[in-house]
Amino acid sequence: MSSLAATVQNIFDEPGCAKNGSKSGAERRNGCTRQLQPGSAAGGCAFDGAKVALQPFTDVAHLVHGPIACEGNSWDNRGAASSGSDLWRTAFTTDLSETDIVFGGEKRLCKAIKEIIDKYDPPAIFVYQTCIPAMIGDDINAVCKAASQRFSKPVIPINSPGFVGSKNLGNKLAGEALLDYVIGTREPDYTTPYDINLIGEYNLSGELWQVKPLLDELGVRILCCISGDGKYREAASSHRARAAMLVCSKSMINVARKMEQRYGIPFFEGSFYGIQDSSESLRQLARLLVERGAPTDLLGRTEAVIAREEARAWAAIEPYKPRFEGKKALLVTGGVKSWSVVAALQEAGLELVGTSVKKSTREDKERIKELMGQDAHMIEDMTAREMYKMLKDAKADIMLSGGKSQFVALKAAVPWLDINQERCHAYMGYVGMVKLVEEIDKSLSSPMWEQLRRPGPWEALAKAREQMQSPMAAIACDPALAETARRARKICVCKSVDLGTIEDAIRVHDLRSVAAVREHTNAGGGCCRRRIEDMFVSEPSDMRQAAE
Amino acid sequence: MALVTAPTKACAVNPLKMSQPIAAAYAFMGLRGAMPLLHGSQGCTSFGLTLFVRHFKEAIPLQTTAMSEVATVLGGYENLEQAILNIYNRTKPKIIGICSTGVTETNGDDVDAYLKLIRSNHPQLAKLPLVYVSTPDFKGSFQDGWEKAVARMVEVLVDRPSANGLWYPSKVNVLPGCHLTPGDIDELRVLLEDFGLCPFFLPDLAGSLDGHIPDEFTSTTIGGIDVDEIASMGRAGWTIAIGAQMQRAAEIMQAKTGVPFRVFERLCGLHPNDEFMTFLSEISGRPIPLKYRRQRSQLADAMLDAHFHIGGRKVAIGAEPDLLFDLSSMLHDMGAQVTVAVTTTQSEVIERIKTKEVLIGDLEDLEGLAKQKRCDMLITHSHGRQAAARLKVPFYRTGFPMFDRLGAGHQMSVGYRGTRNVIFEIANLVIAHREENDRPTPDRWRTTPGLPQSSGYRRSTGAAERPIA
Repeated sequence: MSSLAATVQNIFDEPGCAKNGSKSGAERRNGCTRQLQPGSAAGGCAFDGAKVALQPFTDVAHLVHGPIACEGNSWDNRGAASSGSDLWRTAFTTDLSETDIVFGGEKRLCKAIKEIIDKYDPPAIFVYQTCIPAMIGDDINAVCKAASQRFSKPVIPINSPGFVGSKNLGNKLAGEALLDYVIGTREPDYTTPYDINLIGEYNLSGELWQVKPLLDELGVRILCCISGDGKYREAASSHRARAAMLVCSKSMINVARKMEQRYGIPFFEGSFYGIQDSSESLRQLARLLVERGAPTDLLGRTEAVIAREEARAWAAIEPYKPRFEGKKALLVTGGVKSWSVVAALQEAGLELVGTSVKKSTREDKERIKELMGQDAHMIEDMTAREMYKMLKDAKADIMLSGGKSQFVALKAAVPWLDINQERCHAYMGYVGMVKLVEEIDKSLSSPMWEQLRRPGPWEALAKAREQMQSPMAAIACDPALAETARRARKICVCKSVDLGTIEDAIRVHDLRSVAAVREHTNAGGGCCRRRIEDMFVSEPSDMRQAAE
Repeated sequence: MALVTAPTKACAVNPLKMSQPIAAAYAFMGLRGAMPLLHGSQGCTSFGLTLFVRHFKEAIPLQTTAMSEVATVLGGYENLEQAILNIYNRTKPKIIGICSTGVTETNGDDVDAYLKLIRSNHPQLAKLPLVYVSTPDFKGSFQDGWEKAVARMVEVLVDRPSANGLWYPSKVNVLPGCHLTPGDIDELRVLLEDFGLCPFFLPDLAGSLDGHIPDEFTSTTIGGIDVDEIASMGRAGWTIAIGAQMQRAAEIMQAKTGVPFRVFERLCGLHPNDEFMTFLSEISGRPIPLKYRRQRSQLADAMLDAHFHIGGRKVAIGAEPDLLFDLSSMLHDMGAQVTVAVTTTQSEVIERIKTKEVLIGDLEDLEGLAKQKRCDMLITHSHGRQAAARLKVPFYRTGFPMFDRLGAGHQMSVGYRGTRNVIFEIANLVIAHREENDRPTPDRWRTTPGLPQSSGYRRSTGAAERPIA
């Protein structure tokens, strides 16, 4: 059993990771996470990452060894779905008190494990280490080992205290725990040549079930999904799979690679986001299975399913294309492979004005360039203020991002769609992409935006008030002032005749021509002819008719 | 007198409790231009942030000193210094509220000393208030964190009044407990203003987390009480503390400035609001406005209409002490039986809850006891949703967090009007639940042995009978 520091170092030196491969030796030693900036950091800790990665195992009791903050502030916050047990949504924590910190929390942990077994009897317990017990030296490996023996039940230590690094590192530490303690500890009831593992797929909003029917149709069995809707015994026997698909390559590449190394399970990186990506993934799965000895007719059957599903999806998306014409989208996410979503959105006819490449490798970036053109706006790290400005200036019609930046878009009154883990819609597979397009359309075409961008009534009122405060307004409500103003304004400058005199003459004598005005007043009617004429015109026609 | 029982379990299951630092940060969110900063690893902040975002559906300003393992060993001075400078340079806050966490309390960071050193090394920070509050995760609960933070704000930010300074009798300081929503605060503001009083809320979440759309983008809080306004609180005529948790802050205010205070432990219910109105009338020298006489009458009518549905209900409530005390008292006044009461932390008020026993525990306890004692109503925060589904009883969401319904920031329970709302909501849940689940059947009262319905003649309490699993 290596130390945590050694494990972390080992994870950083991931040969399967393209980004890592392109680094120099010194860079590699620094690890794959950026140095965190105090005061401007965002994102979860390593414990968060470990929990996120493993919690979708539905029948396992997930016990958090730490103070109330780690579990109390965070439980039941994931949208993964289960087809069976709900135990994964039950929060277990040792809720360490000051006394435990002074005297050590190991005994409490041991008691907690016993209580869980007595009350819930799960097939396994995952024990998550957090910062404080790591600081005071609680040896969870030893406690878990002892508990496993005593209760003859797998009690697995997940050694990923928050302060060792980022969420992503935690994903990988969780993977290490699976490799060390879970995978390969049991045999499946039976095996088929069509058994596969999905690695790094979390069944958020049940989206895996949008793809599973296709696999079922092809006769492909998901031996284990790590970890969406996964069960402990499936993970324990997952080493008998024939092939594996690495769904979220960033979170668990170590698991896929080491399973290939140890058990000879070939894997490929794929995605079920986007129509072409889904097809490509199905193809790859079939190819790998056939290479490992599955009957070759699988290839043909897969192509048939792909052809059918693609046709269906394209037909469903077709009506949206004209609606999306000229619409621009900004994509800010690290959660899914940007380029696979880029392709999907372009399929629907949206123009991408920018995409984030924070977690992308050089290859990913090349691929984005290929898809979006050389001048693709790739955002390394965009501050909320920059995003807000971009949206306010209407550089994009819709933003697609994770929940954390949603308010940047919403407060700018710009449509926004959640495409990260907290979302409530499932976008995987062919149906998922149609759903995404539907959702984008719903959001873009909502009449609400126009209303929201309209100014409040006080802005119009302010204009009215301004008018009321102008000198004209004062004149309008004060006859004496109006009279003075009338007398002060000269119409005929040459002979010095004022507005009042002419108006009075017109009214009293019912004058209709400049000549008549000249007769009754002193006005010259030369250079002031137009001004006098205007005074006739301004008289409402219906009044004149009434007078006649 | 209720018996208060402490937990004996080693493993908390489905916690009711949340930790102190995020509550302290929450209090700082009621200050204008504020940036709360948790001194701990970045997960401490990230979890809190997500929780607040889910509750309010708002952008939440909350930063972290991002303590790494190495920094934890070496001490957190550099991380704190960097964090403050980064926040100062990037977001130009009017105040930074620093809350410690379990990590930095365990390694013993002396934050007060750090702050002195940071100030002396960086003179540009001279005018930026830095308020530090010690909130270890392994002690107390959410409500305690709030209490400590507000007390600390009074200690640090309120000016001692000068000898010949002016005194404003109509100015009233209001110290709301963490169980009050932005909606509650807005309601109280109108209420006090109707008496000709000029209220200042510390903290004022209604300014920052009421879900409004700011004109400009800002990464600090978008509203709340101004630091200058807090400084001048010492010249007010009165301080009103709402919830027993705010007593300490009010006492500190009085000791520092001489402003007298009165604590209102409850503002939900008829009688507590009568007292409140009387008090406002006394300190303002004005009669109770007609509007409130009318509202009182509406509340009385609501109570008459709702007592048929709420009366006799066996209620299980899980909430922080002040909220638990407030709500359970109101329900008791309506004729409900507070059968199970679970809370998170010690408080003087919980002994006075009108029930036999108050357990300091978790939602597993609440669920188990509710099942055992056949409760037919569950009241707690959103995390009770799983228990409610299993218990198959009406579920009223209240408190923090409320992440699976909209409008958490505007749920209102104070004043005659707020009480009326709560009563209607609870009664409506009971009515809806009865219509969906408890339609009478010909066999309901059949007692023939051998039939599955023959559970014997059991008087149901208020509502119709329902199979109890």
